[in-house]
Amino acid sequence: MQSLDFEKPVTDLEAKIEELRHLSDGGPMNIAGEIGKLQDKVKRQLQALYGKLTPAQKVQVARHADRPHCLDYIQGGLIEDFTPLAGDRAFAEDQAIIGGLGRFRGQPCVVIGQERGNDTESRIRHNFGMAKPEGYRKAQRLMHLADRFGLPIVTLVDTAGAFPGVEAEARGQAEAIARSVEVCLQVGVPLIVTIIGEGGSGGAIALAAGDRVLMLEHAIYSVISPEGCASILWRSASHAAEAAAALRLTAQDLLQLGIIDRIIPEPLGGAQRAPQDMIARVGDAIASALNDVSGLDKKALLAARHEKFLGMGKKGLA
Amino acid sequence: MSWLTNLVRPKIRGLVGEKKDMPDNLWEKCPGCSAMLFKRELEDNLNVCRACGHHLKLDPVKRLGSLFDGGAYRLVEVPKVPQDPLKFRDQKRYADRLKDAQNKSKRQDAIVVGEGSVGGVKTVIAVFDFGFMGGSMGMGVGEAIVTAARRAVASKSALVVLPASGGARMQEGALSLMQMPRTIIAANQVKTAGLPFIVVLTDPTTGGVTASFAMVGDIHIAERGAQIGFAGARVIESTIRETLPPGFQRAEYLRDHGMIDIVVTRHELPETLGRILRFLRKEKAPRRDQGPFLTGPVPHGAKAKG
Ligand SMILES: [Zn+2]
Repeated sequence: MQSLDFEKPVTDLEAKIEELRHLSDGGPMNIAGEIGKLQDKVKRQLQALYGKLTPAQKVQVARHADRPHCLDYIQGGLIEDFTPLAGDRAFAEDQAIIGGLGRFRGQPCVVIGQERGNDTESRIRHNFGMAKPEGYRKAQRLMHLADRFGLPIVTLVDTAGAFPGVEAEARGQAEAIARSVEVCLQVGVPLIVTIIGEGGSGGAIALAAGDRVLMLEHAIYSVISPEGCASILWRSASHAAEAAAALRLTAQDLLQLGIIDRIIPEPLGGAQRAPQDMIARVGDAIASALNDVSGLDKKALLAARHEKFLGMGKKGLA
Repeated sequence: MSWLTNLVRPKIRGLVGEKKDMPDNLWEKCPGCSAMLFKRELEDNLNVCRACGHHLKLDPVKRLGSLFDGGAYRLVEVPKVPQDPLKFRDQKRYADRLKDAQNKSKRQDAIVVGEGSVGGVKTVIAVFDFGFMGGSMGMGVGEAIVTAARRAVASKSALVVLPASGGARMQEGALSLMQMPRTIIAANQVKTAGLPFIVVLTDPTTGGVTASFAMVGDIHIAERGAQIGFAGARVIESTIRETLPPGFQRAEYLRDHGMIDIVVTRHELPETLGRILRFLRKEKAPRRDQGPFLTGPVPHGAKAKG
C-alpha cells in the first residue's frame, strides 16, 4: 500500500510485524503475543494520527492511490447488476466518468461518478478522473434518463478537476460543466451526492448539485486545488499546506459552512485500510439520505434543492 | 497643461526611455497596437482604440450608461453578504484585500446591477467589474446575480449579464464554488418565467464564471477579441506541453466552435441587444429613422477580425 509521509510511525510498526511473521515462519517461536502488542500499538497510532489530520494531510489521504474509487464502490457491493452505459451521443465516450443503470439495495437507479483508475493502464484509460466535455454530456444524458423513468441518481465524486486541454476547450468544457450543474438542478428525481475522495472545483460540482451532499470523513472539496491556490496567492506551490488550511476544504469545515449535509466516518486509518467496510458505510449513508427525500413529490423536491443552494453561505464558521 | 504637451510628452518620455508604459494618467497605451491613446478620447469611444479597434476594459457604470436607452437607468441595490466568511489569509488578509477593493472602487463587490430599458424592452443588467479583484465571483457577486434575476422576474424584465471575471473568488473557498449552482438557479428562474436571459461575454471570462450562468443563456453574445474559456491558457500549456492554436479562447474561436451566437463590437452591442430583446419579447421593429437604440459610431479604422 502507498504509504504517506506522516504515517511513518505506523509503517515502521507494520514493517516490524512483517519481520516478526517472517522470522516465525522458520520455527515454532511463539510470537503471537508480541505481534498482538504491536498491532495494538498500530491501532493507537492510527487513532492518534487520523483523529487530528491537518488539512494538508487530508489532501494526501483523499488522493491516496489505494483508497476505494468510483468503480470499487460500484463493483464492490454498493450497486448490484451494474450495467454501464456509454457515450454522449454527440462526440465520444469518456471513461473519466462512469455511469449506468444498476440497483441500489434492490431499487433501480442511475449511478454516475468520476473514476481515477488504479494502475497506469487504467489511469490513462480514465484520464486520471479528469473528464472532458463528452464526459459531462454523458452524465447529463444519464441524469435525463433517470428523470424520464423516475429513477433516483447516485453520484460518486472523485476528481482533481475537469481536464484542462485545447480539445476540451474547443468542445466547450465550460458549457458542458455549466449544463451538467443545470441538469443536476432540474431533474425531478432524488439526487444523492457522495464526495468519496477529491471534490475538485467545477469538475466536481458538475455532479454535486444534489438534494443531499455526503462526504467521507477525510475527503476534500474545494474551489481550487491547494497547489493551484498557493501558486496564485503565494506565488509558489510550495505553500500548498497553508493554502489547504486557508481554503477550508475538509468535511468538518464544510459541514459547519452548510455546504455538505453529512460526514460519513471512515474506518480507522482511512478508507484505504478497509475498503469493504467503507463501501458498506457509504451504502448506509446513501440509503438514509434517499429515505430522507423519498416522501417529496417532484415539485417539492426541486423547490427544496433550489432553496438549499440559494441559501448557501448563510451559515458561517463557528 | 495644453493639449499639445499632452500629446508630446509621452513621445519624449519614450525617447528618453523613462516610464515608457505608464506615461501619466492622461494617456493609456493600447494593448492591441501599442498606440498612446488620449484617455478622455478613449473614454468617449467606450474604451475602444480608434487606431486598431482593440476593446479595452470598460468601467461597469459607463457600460450601463452605454447599454440602457438614453443612458437612463436605476441602480438595483444588492443585499449585503457576510464578508470574509472563512477568515481567509494568504500573504495578506482577504478582509483587507476586500476593503481595499471596496475603497478603491466605491462599490461593495465586483458587480453593478441596473434596471431600465434596452431597445424599449424592460431589462435588468448586471455588469462585472474586472478591476475589483479580477471580477472574481464570491458570495457578493452571486448575490447580485440572484437579486438581478429576482428583480427581472418581479418586473417582467429581461436579464442581461456581462461577465468579466477570472473565475471563482478562491478566498471564499467552496462558498465561491457554490455560486455556480446558485447563479444557474437564478438564470433558470428568469428563463422559467418566459423572460430572456442573455449573456454578453466580455474580456476576460474564465473559470467558474464561464462554467456556470455564463454558458446557459438563451443567447450568447461576445465582444470581439474577448478571452473566454474554462481553464487558463498557462494551465493548459503546462498540461499538454504544446503551444496553443492562434486565436485560442477568443470570442471568434468560441463562435466558430459553437459556443457563442454573435460576436459584436462594443458599439454594435446596444443595437444588437435591443433588436434581439424586441424579437424575443415580440415587440414591433423600431422605426428606422430614429430611436435611441440604433447603431452608435463605428470606431475609425476598425476592421472585424475573422
Ligand atoms: Zn489599438
